[in-house]
Amino acid sequence: MDAVTVPAPAPAAAAGMPPRRVLGAYLAEARSECLRYLRAPGFMLPIVLFPTMFYLLFGIVMAKSEGTDATRYLLASYGVFGVMSPGLFGFGVSLAIERDGGLLTLKRALPMPPGAYLLGKMLMAMAAAAMVVLLLLAMALGLAHLPLTAAQAGALLLTGTLGVLPFCALGMFVGTLIKGQGAPGMLNLVYLPMSFLSGLWFPLPMLPKVLQQIAPVWPSYHLDRIALAAVGLGQGAWWPHALALAGFAAAFLLLAARRLRRHG
Amino acid sequence: MNEPLQPVARLAGAVKRYGAQLALDGVDLVLRRGELLALLGPNGAGKSTSIGLLLGLLRPDAGRAELFGLDPQRIEARRRIGVMLQTAMLPPTLRVGELLRLTASYYPDPRPLAESAALAGIGDLLKRPYGRLSGGQQRRVQFALALCGRPELLFLDEPTVGMDIDARRRLWAAMRALVDEGCSVVLTTHYLEEAEALAQRVAVLDKGRVLSEGSVDELRAKVALSRIRCLSDLDAEAVARWPQVASASRAGGRLQIATSAAERVVRRLLDADPELRELEVQRAGLAEAFTELTRETAEQEAA
Repeated sequence: MDAVTVPAPAPAAAAGMPPRRVLGAYLAEARSECLRYLRAPGFMLPIVLFPTMFYLLFGIVMAKSEGTDATRYLLASYGVFGVMSPGLFGFGVSLAIERDGGLLTLKRALPMPPGAYLLGKMLMAMAAAAMVVLLLLAMALGLAHLPLTAAQAGALLLTGTLGVLPFCALGMFVGTLIKGQGAPGMLNLVYLPMSFLSGLWFPLPMLPKVLQQIAPVWPSYHLDRIALAAVGLGQGAWWPHALALAGFAAAFLLLAARRLRRHG
Repeated sequence: MNEPLQPVARLAGAVKRYGAQLALDGVDLVLRRGELLALLGPNGAGKSTSIGLLLGLLRPDAGRAELFGLDPQRIEARRRIGVMLQTAMLPPTLRVGELLRLTASYYPDPRPLAESAALAGIGDLLKRPYGRLSGGQQRRVQFALALCGRPELLFLDEPTVGMDIDARRRLWAAMRALVDEGCSVVLTTHYLEEAEALAQRVAVLDKGRVLSEGSVDELRAKVALSRIRCLSDLDAEAVARWPQVASASRAGGRLQIATSAAERVVRRLLDADPELRELEVQRAGLAEAFTELTRETAEQEAA
Protein backbone atom coordinates (compact mmCIF):
# COMPACT_ATOMS: atom_id res chain seq x y z
CA MET A 1 0.00 0.00 0.00
CA ASP A 2 2.76 2.36 0.91
CA ALA A 3 4.40 2.05 -2.48
CA VAL A 4 5.47 5.65 -2.46
CA THR A 5 8.22 6.00 -4.98
CA VAL A 6 10.75 8.54 -3.89
CA PRO A 7 12.14 10.17 -7.00
CA ALA A 8 15.84 9.52 -7.09
CA PRO A 9 17.85 12.73 -7.01
CA ALA A 10 18.60 13.72 -10.56
CA PRO A 11 22.23 12.95 -11.34
CA ALA A 12 22.78 16.44 -12.63
CA ALA A 13 26.53 16.06 -12.57
CA ALA A 14 26.36 13.13 -14.96
CA ALA A 15 24.84 15.57 -17.46
CA GLY A 16 22.67 12.90 -18.97
CA MET A 17 19.74 14.37 -20.83
CA PRO A 18 16.48 12.44 -21.11
CA PRO A 19 15.32 11.97 -24.73
CA ARG A 20 12.20 14.01 -24.07
CA ARG A 21 14.26 17.06 -23.17
CA VAL A 22 16.48 16.57 -26.23
CA LEU A 23 13.38 16.48 -28.41
CA GLY A 24 12.15 19.56 -26.59
CA ALA A 25 15.38 21.36 -27.51
CA TYR A 26 14.86 20.55 -31.19
CA LEU A 27 11.28 21.83 -30.99
CA ALA A 28 12.28 24.99 -29.14
CA GLU A 29 14.93 25.74 -31.76
CA ALA A 30 12.46 25.24 -34.64
CA ARG A 31 9.83 27.32 -32.87
CA SER A 32 12.24 30.21 -32.28
CA GLU A 33 13.45 30.08 -35.85
CA CYS A 34 9.87 30.29 -37.21
CA LEU A 35 8.86 33.02 -34.74
CA ARG A 36 11.80 35.26 -35.43
CA TYR A 37 11.16 35.30 -39.17
CA LEU A 38 7.39 35.56 -39.01
CA ARG A 39 8.02 38.73 -37.00
CA ALA A 40 10.54 40.13 -39.48
CA PRO A 41 8.58 41.93 -42.20
CA GLY A 42 11.79 42.62 -44.12
CA PHE A 43 12.10 38.89 -44.62
CA MET A 44 8.47 37.78 -45.02
CA LEU A 45 7.08 40.60 -47.21
CA PRO A 46 9.27 40.08 -50.31
CA ILE A 47 8.84 36.32 -50.05
CA VAL A 48 5.06 36.60 -50.02
CA LEU A 49 4.49 39.71 -52.13
CA PHE A 50 6.57 39.03 -55.24
CA PRO A 51 5.03 35.71 -56.29
CA THR A 52 1.49 36.72 -55.35
CA MET A 53 1.66 40.10 -57.12
CA PHE A 54 3.20 38.56 -60.23
CA TYR A 55 0.62 35.83 -60.27
CA LEU A 56 -2.25 38.26 -59.80
CA LEU A 57 -1.00 40.42 -62.64
CA PHE A 58 0.27 37.91 -65.22
CA GLY A 59 -1.56 34.75 -64.20
CA ILE A 60 -5.01 36.06 -63.42
CA VAL A 61 -5.68 39.59 -64.74
CA MET A 62 -3.73 39.46 -68.00
CA ALA A 63 -4.31 35.77 -68.70
CA LYS A 64 -8.09 36.12 -68.75
CA SER A 65 -8.18 36.20 -72.57
CA GLU A 66 -5.94 33.15 -72.90
CA GLY A 67 -8.17 30.78 -70.96
CA THR A 68 -7.46 28.74 -67.89
CA ASP A 69 -4.38 26.97 -69.28
CA ALA A 70 -2.21 30.05 -68.79
CA THR A 71 -3.59 30.52 -65.28
CA ARG A 72 -2.86 26.87 -64.55
CA TYR A 73 0.62 26.99 -66.08
CA LEU A 74 1.61 30.13 -64.20
CA LEU A 75 0.23 28.77 -60.91
CA ALA A 76 2.93 26.10 -61.13
CA SER A 77 5.78 28.34 -62.24
CA TYR A 78 5.06 31.24 -59.87
CA GLY A 79 4.60 28.62 -57.18
CA VAL A 80 8.14 27.44 -57.86
CA PHE A 81 9.38 31.03 -58.04
CA GLY A 82 7.79 31.68 -54.65
CA VAL A 83 9.14 28.50 -53.09
CA MET A 84 12.74 29.20 -54.08
CA SER A 85 13.12 32.37 -52.04
CA PRO A 86 12.45 31.11 -48.49
CA GLY A 87 14.99 28.38 -49.19
CA LEU A 88 17.65 30.62 -50.71
CA PHE A 89 17.16 33.66 -48.49
CA GLY A 90 15.95 31.97 -45.31
CA PHE A 91 19.04 29.81 -45.24
CA GLY A 92 21.60 31.85 -47.14
CA VAL A 93 21.08 35.33 -45.69
CA SER A 94 20.54 34.22 -42.13
CA LEU A 95 23.55 31.89 -42.16
CA ALA A 96 25.78 34.60 -43.67
CA ILE A 97 24.66 37.13 -41.06
CA GLU A 98 24.84 34.75 -38.13
CA ARG A 99 28.32 33.62 -39.08
CA ASP A 100 29.31 37.27 -39.13
CA GLY A 101 27.52 38.34 -35.95
CA GLY A 102 28.82 35.53 -33.74
CA LEU A 103 25.47 33.82 -33.16
CA LEU A 104 26.65 30.65 -34.89
CA THR A 105 29.78 30.61 -32.73
CA LEU A 106 27.69 30.99 -29.58
CA LYS A 107 25.36 28.19 -30.68
CA ARG A 108 28.35 25.93 -31.32
CA ALA A 109 29.67 26.66 -27.84
CA LEU A 110 26.27 26.03 -26.21
CA PRO A 111 25.04 22.47 -25.78
CA MET A 112 22.52 22.78 -28.59
CA PRO A 113 21.76 19.29 -29.89
CA PRO A 114 23.58 18.57 -33.17
CA GLY A 115 21.73 19.69 -36.28
CA ALA A 116 19.01 21.56 -34.38
CA TYR A 117 20.17 24.83 -35.87
CA LEU A 118 19.89 23.64 -39.47
CA LEU A 119 16.76 21.61 -38.81
CA GLY A 120 15.06 24.69 -37.35
CA LYS A 121 15.89 26.78 -40.40
CA MET A 122 14.72 23.96 -42.67
CA LEU A 123 11.32 23.75 -40.97
CA MET A 124 11.00 27.52 -41.12
CA ALA A 125 11.70 27.51 -44.89
CA MET A 126 9.20 24.67 -45.41
CA ALA A 127 6.51 26.55 -43.50
CA ALA A 128 7.13 29.75 -45.47
CA ALA A 129 7.07 27.80 -48.76
CA ALA A 130 3.79 26.13 -47.80
CA MET A 131 2.35 29.53 -46.98
CA VAL A 132 3.28 30.96 -50.40
CA VAL A 133 1.76 27.97 -52.23
CA LEU A 134 -1.42 28.19 -50.16
CA LEU A 135 -1.78 31.89 -50.99
CA LEU A 136 -1.34 31.21 -54.72
CA LEU A 137 -3.82 28.33 -54.54
CA ALA A 138 -6.34 30.57 -52.80
CA MET A 139 -5.96 33.16 -55.53
CA ALA A 140 -6.25 30.60 -58.32
CA LEU A 141 -9.37 29.04 -56.83
CA GLY A 142 -11.02 32.13 -55.40
CA LEU A 143 -10.21 34.81 -57.99
CA ALA A 144 -9.63 32.92 -61.22
CA HIS A 145 -12.04 30.02 -60.42
CA LEU A 146 -9.48 27.61 -61.81
CA PRO A 147 -10.92 24.08 -61.97
CA LEU A 148 -8.43 22.27 -59.78
CA THR A 149 -9.04 18.94 -58.05
CA ALA A 150 -8.23 18.54 -54.38
CA ALA A 151 -5.57 16.01 -55.35
CA GLN A 152 -3.90 18.51 -57.68
CA ALA A 153 -3.93 21.25 -55.06
CA GLY A 154 -2.53 18.83 -52.49
CA ALA A 155 0.18 17.65 -54.89
CA LEU A 156 1.24 21.24 -55.59
CA LEU A 157 1.38 22.02 -51.87
CA LEU A 158 3.50 18.93 -51.26
CA THR A 159 5.76 19.80 -54.20
CA GLY A 160 6.31 23.28 -52.82
CA THR A 161 6.88 22.20 -49.22
CA LEU A 162 9.45 19.55 -50.12
CA GLY A 163 10.73 21.39 -53.17
CA VAL A 164 12.18 24.13 -50.97
CA LEU A 165 14.82 21.74 -49.65
CA PRO A 166 17.32 21.79 -52.57
CA PHE A 167 17.17 25.59 -52.43
CA CYS A 168 17.83 25.48 -48.70
CA ALA A 169 20.99 23.51 -49.49
CA LEU A 170 21.99 25.95 -52.24
CA GLY A 171 21.30 28.94 -49.97
CA MET A 172 23.30 27.31 -47.19
CA PHE A 173 26.24 26.83 -49.54
CA VAL A 174 26.14 30.49 -50.63
CA GLY A 175 25.80 31.47 -46.96
CA THR A 176 29.05 29.65 -46.19
CA LEU A 177 30.86 31.49 -48.99
CA ILE A 178 29.86 35.01 -48.00
CA LYS A 179 29.76 36.69 -44.63
CA GLY A 180 27.39 39.41 -43.53
CA GLN A 181 25.43 41.90 -45.57
CA GLY A 182 26.79 40.91 -49.00
CA ALA A 183 24.69 37.77 -49.06
CA PRO A 184 21.29 39.17 -50.20
CA GLY A 185 22.82 40.73 -53.32
CA MET A 186 24.72 37.57 -54.17
CA LEU A 187 21.61 35.44 -53.65
CA ASN A 188 19.55 37.68 -55.94
CA LEU A 189 22.22 37.11 -58.58
CA VAL A 190 21.47 33.42 -58.22
CA TYR A 191 17.71 33.65 -57.71
CA LEU A 192 16.53 35.97 -60.48
CA PRO A 193 18.59 34.70 -63.45
CA MET A 194 17.90 31.11 -62.46
CA SER A 195 14.16 31.77 -62.36
CA PHE A 196 14.25 33.36 -65.78
CA LEU A 197 16.47 30.69 -67.32
CA SER A 198 14.33 27.81 -66.14
CA GLY A 199 11.18 29.26 -67.65
CA LEU A 200 9.43 30.48 -64.54
CA TRP A 201 8.67 33.92 -66.00
CA PHE A 202 8.21 33.05 -69.67
CA PRO A 203 7.48 29.51 -70.82
CA LEU A 204 10.68 27.82 -71.98
CA PRO A 205 9.60 27.42 -75.64
CA MET A 206 9.58 31.24 -75.86
CA LEU A 207 13.27 31.42 -74.93
CA PRO A 208 16.23 30.98 -77.32
CA LYS A 209 17.15 27.42 -78.21
CA VAL A 210 20.47 27.51 -76.30
CA LEU A 211 18.77 28.54 -73.08
CA GLN A 212 16.20 25.77 -73.53
CA GLN A 213 18.97 23.25 -73.88
CA ILE A 214 20.86 24.27 -70.76
CA ALA A 215 17.69 24.58 -68.64
CA PRO A 216 18.12 21.12 -67.00
CA VAL A 217 21.24 22.52 -65.31
CA TRP A 218 19.05 24.57 -62.97
CA PRO A 219 17.30 22.91 -60.02
CA SER A 220 14.34 25.26 -60.49
CA TYR A 221 13.73 23.77 -63.95
CA HIS A 222 13.22 20.34 -62.42
CA LEU A 223 10.98 21.64 -59.66
CA ASP A 224 8.90 23.44 -62.28
CA ARG A 225 8.46 20.17 -64.21
CA ILE A 226 7.16 18.47 -61.06
CA ALA A 227 4.88 21.40 -60.21
CA LEU A 228 3.43 21.34 -63.75
CA ALA A 229 2.79 17.62 -63.42
CA ALA A 230 1.08 18.28 -60.08
CA VAL A 231 -1.46 20.67 -61.63
CA GLY A 232 -2.07 18.35 -64.59
CA LEU A 233 0.23 19.82 -67.24
CA GLY A 234 2.95 17.22 -66.94
CA GLN A 235 4.90 15.87 -69.88
CA GLY A 236 6.49 12.53 -69.15
CA ALA A 237 7.39 11.11 -65.80
CA TRP A 238 8.03 13.45 -62.86
CA TRP A 239 10.25 11.23 -60.76
CA PRO A 240 13.50 11.70 -62.75
CA HIS A 241 13.19 15.38 -61.88
CA ALA A 242 12.71 14.50 -58.23
CA LEU A 243 15.90 12.43 -58.39
CA ALA A 244 17.76 15.33 -60.00
CA LEU A 245 16.59 17.62 -57.18
CA ALA A 246 17.66 15.13 -54.53
CA GLY A 247 21.06 15.07 -56.22
CA PHE A 248 21.32 18.87 -56.19
CA ALA A 249 20.31 18.96 -52.52
CA ALA A 250 22.85 16.33 -51.51
CA ALA A 251 25.66 17.96 -53.48
CA PHE A 252 25.14 21.47 -52.06
CA LEU A 253 24.62 20.12 -48.56
CA LEU A 254 27.93 18.28 -48.72
CA LEU A 255 29.77 21.31 -50.08
CA ALA A 256 28.26 23.55 -47.41
CA ALA A 257 28.97 21.08 -44.60
CA ARG A 258 32.59 20.85 -45.69
CA ARG A 259 33.02 24.60 -45.71
CA LEU A 260 31.27 25.01 -42.37
CA ARG A 261 33.50 22.42 -40.76
CA ARG A 262 36.62 24.10 -42.10
CA HIS A 263 35.75 27.75 -41.67
CA GLY A 264 32.93 27.83 -39.11
CA MET B 1 31.51 10.21 -7.85
CA ASN B 2 33.89 12.23 -5.80
CA GLU B 3 35.58 14.74 -8.00
CA PRO B 4 36.64 17.81 -6.07
CA LEU B 5 40.21 17.04 -7.10
CA GLN B 6 39.46 16.67 -10.74
CA PRO B 7 40.00 19.96 -12.55
CA VAL B 8 36.89 21.50 -14.07
CA ALA B 9 38.78 22.71 -17.11
CA ARG B 10 42.33 22.26 -18.24
CA LEU B 11 44.72 23.34 -20.95
CA ALA B 12 47.90 21.30 -21.10
CA GLY B 13 50.71 22.50 -23.30
CA ALA B 14 48.16 23.96 -25.70
CA VAL B 15 49.58 25.29 -28.95
CA LYS B 16 47.49 27.04 -31.60
CA ARG B 17 48.67 28.59 -34.83
CA TYR B 18 46.75 30.73 -37.29
CA GLY B 19 48.78 30.29 -40.43
CA ALA B 20 52.27 31.48 -39.61
CA GLN B 21 51.17 33.35 -36.48
CA LEU B 22 51.56 31.57 -33.18
CA ALA B 23 48.54 32.44 -31.05
CA LEU B 24 49.19 30.07 -28.14
CA ASP B 25 52.65 28.83 -27.36
CA GLY B 26 52.27 25.99 -24.88
CA VAL B 27 49.70 27.25 -22.39
CA ASP B 28 48.99 25.35 -19.17
CA LEU B 29 45.91 26.36 -17.21
CA VAL B 30 43.95 24.49 -14.57
CA LEU B 31 40.62 25.55 -13.18
CA ARG B 32 39.32 23.98 -9.98
CA ARG B 33 35.77 23.67 -8.72
CA GLY B 34 34.23 26.82 -7.27
CA GLU B 35 37.09 29.00 -8.37
CA LEU B 36 37.02 32.27 -10.30
CA LEU B 37 39.98 32.57 -12.64
CA ALA B 38 40.60 35.86 -14.42
CA LEU B 39 42.54 35.85 -17.67
CA LEU B 40 44.33 39.13 -18.21
CA GLY B 41 46.42 40.32 -21.06
CA PRO B 42 46.65 42.84 -23.86
CA ASN B 43 44.75 42.34 -27.12
CA GLY B 44 46.17 39.43 -29.06
CA ALA B 45 47.65 37.85 -25.95
CA GLY B 46 45.75 34.63 -26.52
CA LYS B 47 42.81 35.03 -24.11
CA SER B 48 40.11 34.43 -26.69
CA THR B 49 42.04 31.58 -28.28
CA SER B 50 42.36 29.91 -24.86
CA ILE B 51 38.61 30.21 -24.35
CA GLY B 52 37.96 28.99 -27.89
CA LEU B 53 39.98 25.85 -27.16
CA LEU B 54 38.18 25.19 -23.87
CA LEU B 55 34.79 25.63 -25.58
CA GLY B 56 35.73 23.25 -28.38
CA LEU B 57 35.38 25.99 -30.99
CA LEU B 58 39.02 25.51 -31.93
CA ARG B 59 41.26 22.45 -31.96
CA PRO B 60 44.74 22.71 -30.44
CA ASP B 61 47.59 22.04 -32.86
CA ALA B 62 49.46 20.40 -30.00
CA GLY B 63 48.65 19.74 -26.36
CA ARG B 64 45.23 19.14 -24.89
CA ALA B 65 42.06 20.96 -23.91
CA GLU B 66 39.65 19.33 -21.48
CA LEU B 67 36.31 20.14 -19.88
CA PHE B 68 35.45 17.95 -16.89
CA GLY B 69 38.06 15.52 -18.17
CA LEU B 70 36.30 15.24 -21.53
CA ASP B 71 36.93 16.55 -25.02
CA PRO B 72 35.22 19.99 -25.11
CA GLN B 73 33.49 19.06 -28.35
CA ARG B 74 31.50 16.36 -26.52
CA ILE B 75 28.01 17.68 -25.86
CA GLU B 76 28.00 15.95 -22.44
CA ALA B 77 30.81 18.28 -21.39
CA ARG B 78 29.17 21.38 -22.81
CA ARG B 79 25.87 20.64 -21.03
CA ARG B 80 27.71 21.60 -17.84
CA ILE B 81 28.91 25.01 -19.02
CA GLY B 82 27.39 28.43 -19.65
CA VAL B 83 28.80 30.87 -22.16
CA MET B 84 28.84 34.61 -22.70
CA LEU B 85 30.93 35.62 -25.69
CA GLN B 86 32.27 39.05 -26.56
CA THR B 87 30.13 39.49 -29.64
CA ALA B 88 26.90 37.67 -30.24
CA MET B 89 24.13 39.30 -32.20
CA LEU B 90 21.07 37.45 -30.99
CA PRO B 91 17.88 37.41 -33.08
CA PRO B 92 16.43 40.92 -32.62
CA THR B 93 12.78 39.94 -33.11
CA LEU B 94 12.73 37.34 -30.34
CA ARG B 95 11.61 38.44 -26.89
CA VAL B 96 13.96 38.12 -23.95
CA GLY B 97 11.79 35.44 -22.33
CA GLU B 98 11.78 33.43 -25.55
CA LEU B 99 15.56 33.57 -25.79
CA LEU B 100 15.87 32.40 -22.19
CA ARG B 101 13.43 29.55 -22.72
CA LEU B 102 15.25 28.46 -25.90
CA THR B 103 18.69 28.44 -24.28
CA ALA B 104 17.39 26.69 -21.16
CA SER B 105 15.94 23.95 -23.39
CA TYR B 106 19.49 22.82 -24.29
CA TYR B 107 20.27 21.85 -20.68
CA PRO B 108 19.24 18.80 -18.65
CA ASP B 109 18.33 20.66 -15.47
CA PRO B 110 17.97 24.39 -16.12
CA ARG B 111 17.09 27.09 -13.61
CA PRO B 112 13.49 28.28 -13.51
CA LEU B 113 13.12 31.21 -15.89
CA ALA B 114 12.23 33.68 -13.15
CA GLU B 115 15.33 32.73 -11.15
CA SER B 116 17.67 33.28 -14.12
CA ALA B 117 16.01 36.61 -14.84
CA ALA B 118 16.29 37.73 -11.22
CA LEU B 119 19.97 36.74 -10.99
CA ALA B 120 20.83 38.77 -14.07
CA GLY B 121 18.48 41.63 -13.13
CA ILE B 122 16.33 41.41 -16.25
CA GLY B 123 12.99 40.53 -14.67
CA ASP B 124 11.41 43.65 -16.18
CA LEU B 125 12.70 42.95 -19.71
CA LEU B 126 11.23 39.50 -20.36
CA LYS B 127 8.49 40.69 -22.71
CA ARG B 128 10.69 43.09 -24.69
CA PRO B 129 12.14 42.18 -28.12
CA TYR B 130 15.90 41.77 -27.81
CA GLY B 131 16.59 44.21 -30.67
CA ARG B 132 14.91 47.08 -28.79
CA LEU B 133 17.20 46.85 -25.75
CA SER B 134 20.15 49.11 -24.99
CA GLY B 135 23.66 47.71 -25.25
CA GLY B 136 23.98 47.27 -21.49
CA GLN B 137 20.59 45.56 -21.26
CA GLN B 138 21.59 43.20 -24.06
CA ARG B 139 24.75 42.25 -22.16
CA ARG B 140 22.64 41.49 -19.08
CA VAL B 141 20.38 39.26 -21.18
CA GLN B 142 23.45 37.46 -22.51
CA PHE B 143 24.59 36.94 -18.93
CA ALA B 144 21.18 35.48 -18.08
CA LEU B 145 21.52 33.09 -21.04
CA ALA B 146 24.93 32.04 -19.75
CA LEU B 147 23.66 31.10 -16.31
CA CYS B 148 20.18 29.77 -17.17
CA GLY B 149 21.35 26.16 -17.62
CA ARG B 150 22.59 25.94 -14.01
CA PRO B 151 26.15 25.47 -15.30
CA GLU B 152 29.02 24.17 -13.17
CA LEU B 153 31.40 26.30 -15.19
CA LEU B 154 30.77 29.72 -16.65
CA PHE B 155 32.81 31.36 -19.43
CA LEU B 156 32.50 35.14 -19.42
CA ASP B 157 34.39 36.93 -22.16
CA GLU B 158 34.57 40.66 -21.34
CA PRO B 159 31.14 40.56 -19.69
CA THR B 160 30.88 44.13 -18.43
CA VAL B 161 31.89 46.03 -21.57
CA GLY B 162 29.25 48.65 -22.29
CA MET B 163 27.65 48.49 -18.85
CA ASP B 164 27.22 51.46 -16.56
CA ILE B 165 28.74 51.32 -13.08
CA ASP B 166 25.50 50.32 -11.43
CA ALA B 167 24.90 47.42 -13.83
CA ARG B 168 28.51 46.33 -13.48
CA ARG B 169 28.26 46.20 -9.67
CA ARG B 170 25.09 44.12 -9.93
CA LEU B 171 26.77 41.72 -12.33
CA TRP B 172 29.68 41.39 -9.94
CA ALA B 173 27.27 40.54 -7.15
CA ALA B 174 25.59 37.92 -9.34
CA MET B 175 28.97 36.40 -10.21
CA ARG B 176 29.87 36.20 -6.51
CA ALA B 177 26.54 34.52 -5.78
CA LEU B 178 27.22 31.93 -8.47
CA VAL B 179 30.70 31.22 -7.16
CA ASP B 180 29.21 30.80 -3.67
CA GLU B 181 26.90 28.17 -5.16
CA GLY B 182 30.01 26.26 -6.25
CA CYS B 183 30.11 27.42 -9.84
CA SER B 184 33.53 27.93 -11.41
CA VAL B 185 34.11 30.96 -13.60
CA VAL B 186 36.62 31.84 -16.30
CA LEU B 187 36.58 35.58 -16.80
CA THR B 188 38.47 37.64 -19.32
CA THR B 189 38.45 41.34 -18.76
CA HIS B 190 40.14 44.59 -19.61
CA TYR B 191 39.09 46.08 -16.30
CA LEU B 192 41.78 45.26 -13.80
CA GLU B 193 39.66 46.37 -10.89
CA GLU B 194 37.19 43.72 -11.98
CA ALA B 195 39.79 40.98 -11.68
CA GLU B 196 40.95 42.49 -8.40
CA ALA B 197 37.44 42.56 -6.99
CA LEU B 198 36.37 39.08 -8.06
CA ALA B 199 39.17 36.70 -8.90
CA GLN B 200 40.70 34.15 -6.60
CA ARG B 201 43.34 33.51 -9.22
CA VAL B 202 44.72 35.59 -12.03
CA ALA B 203 46.61 34.36 -15.05
CA VAL B 204 48.44 36.95 -17.09
CA LEU B 205 48.86 36.06 -20.74
CA ASP B 206 51.07 37.75 -23.26
CA LYS B 207 52.09 36.67 -26.73
CA GLY B 208 50.53 33.25 -26.32
CA ARG B 209 52.25 32.38 -23.05
CA VAL B 210 51.24 32.43 -19.39
CA LEU B 211 53.50 35.03 -17.81
CA SER B 212 52.27 34.62 -14.30
CA GLU B 213 49.64 32.72 -12.47
CA GLY B 214 48.52 32.99 -8.90
CA SER B 215 46.32 34.85 -6.46
CA VAL B 216 45.90 38.59 -6.82
CA ASP B 217 48.21 39.08 -3.83
CA GLU B 218 50.85 36.77 -5.26
CA LEU B 219 50.76 38.63 -8.52
CA ARG B 220 51.16 41.93 -6.71
CA ALA B 221 54.00 40.54 -4.62
CA LYS B 222 55.73 39.29 -7.72
CA VAL B 223 56.05 42.87 -8.81
CA ALA B 224 56.77 44.40 -5.45
CA LEU B 225 56.21 47.90 -6.56
CA SER B 226 54.83 50.82 -4.61
CA ARG B 227 53.58 54.07 -6.00
CA ILE B 228 54.69 57.37 -4.50
CA ARG B 229 52.95 60.62 -5.35
CA CYS B 230 53.81 64.03 -4.03
CA LEU B 231 54.00 67.75 -4.80
CA SER B 232 57.63 68.58 -5.38
CA ASP B 233 59.88 70.59 -7.66
CA LEU B 234 62.39 67.76 -8.08
CA ASP B 235 63.27 66.87 -11.65
CA ALA B 236 61.44 63.69 -12.62
CA GLU B 237 64.20 62.58 -14.98
CA ALA B 238 66.81 62.91 -12.27
CA VAL B 239 64.68 60.97 -9.79
CA ALA B 240 64.18 58.25 -12.36
CA ARG B 241 67.94 57.61 -12.27
CA TRP B 242 67.94 57.00 -8.50
CA PRO B 243 68.65 53.41 -7.45
CA GLN B 244 65.59 51.18 -7.03
CA VAL B 245 63.31 53.64 -8.81
CA ALA B 246 61.51 51.84 -11.61
CA SER B 247 60.06 54.92 -13.17
CA ALA B 248 59.31 58.55 -12.38
CA SER B 249 57.17 61.01 -14.21
CA ARG B 250 55.31 64.27 -13.74
CA ALA B 251 51.54 64.37 -14.11
CA GLY B 252 49.48 67.44 -13.34
CA GLY B 253 52.14 69.09 -11.17
CA ARG B 254 52.61 65.90 -9.16
CA LEU B 255 55.66 63.74 -9.16
CA GLN B 256 54.84 60.04 -9.58
CA ILE B 257 57.36 57.37 -8.73
CA ALA B 258 57.19 53.60 -8.98
CA THR B 259 59.68 51.80 -6.78
CA SER B 260 60.50 48.49 -5.17
CA ALA B 261 61.89 50.20 -2.03
CA ALA B 262 59.41 52.83 -1.00
CA GLU B 263 60.93 53.57 2.43
CA ARG B 264 64.38 54.40 1.10
CA VAL B 265 63.10 56.47 -1.77
CA VAL B 266 60.80 58.44 0.54
CA ARG B 267 63.71 59.18 2.88
CA ARG B 268 65.84 60.43 0.03
CA LEU B 269 62.95 62.46 -1.36
CA LEU B 270 62.41 64.22 1.95
CA ASP B 271 66.14 64.94 2.19
CA ALA B 272 66.31 66.26 -1.34
CA ASP B 273 63.26 68.48 -1.12
CA PRO B 274 62.34 69.85 2.33
CA GLU B 275 59.42 71.68 0.71
CA LEU B 276 57.81 68.41 -0.38
CA ARG B 277 54.08 68.23 0.38
CA GLU B 278 51.09 65.89 0.09
CA LEU B 279 53.10 62.68 0.15
CA GLU B 280 51.19 59.52 -0.69
CA VAL B 281 52.53 55.98 -0.75
CA GLN B 282 50.41 53.17 -2.17
CA ARG B 283 50.92 49.53 -2.84
CA ALA B 284 50.76 48.88 -6.57
CA GLY B 285 47.43 47.74 -7.94
CA LEU B 286 47.01 44.99 -10.42
CA ALA B 287 47.33 47.57 -13.17
CA GLU B 288 50.95 48.38 -12.26
CA ALA B 289 51.81 44.75 -11.68
CA PHE B 290 50.36 43.89 -15.02
CA THR B 291 52.15 46.61 -17.00
CA GLU B 292 55.35 45.73 -15.20
CA LEU B 293 55.02 42.05 -16.14
CA THR B 294 54.23 42.65 -19.78
CA ARG B 295 56.91 45.35 -20.01
CA GLU B 296 59.55 42.93 -18.75
CA THR B 297 58.86 40.43 -21.50
CA ALA B 298 58.89 43.17 -24.11
CA GLU B 299 62.32 44.22 -22.86
CA GLN B 300 63.62 40.66 -22.79
CA GLU B 301 62.57 40.23 -26.36
CA ALA B 302 64.15 43.48 -27.42
CA ALA B 303 67.42 42.44 -25.75
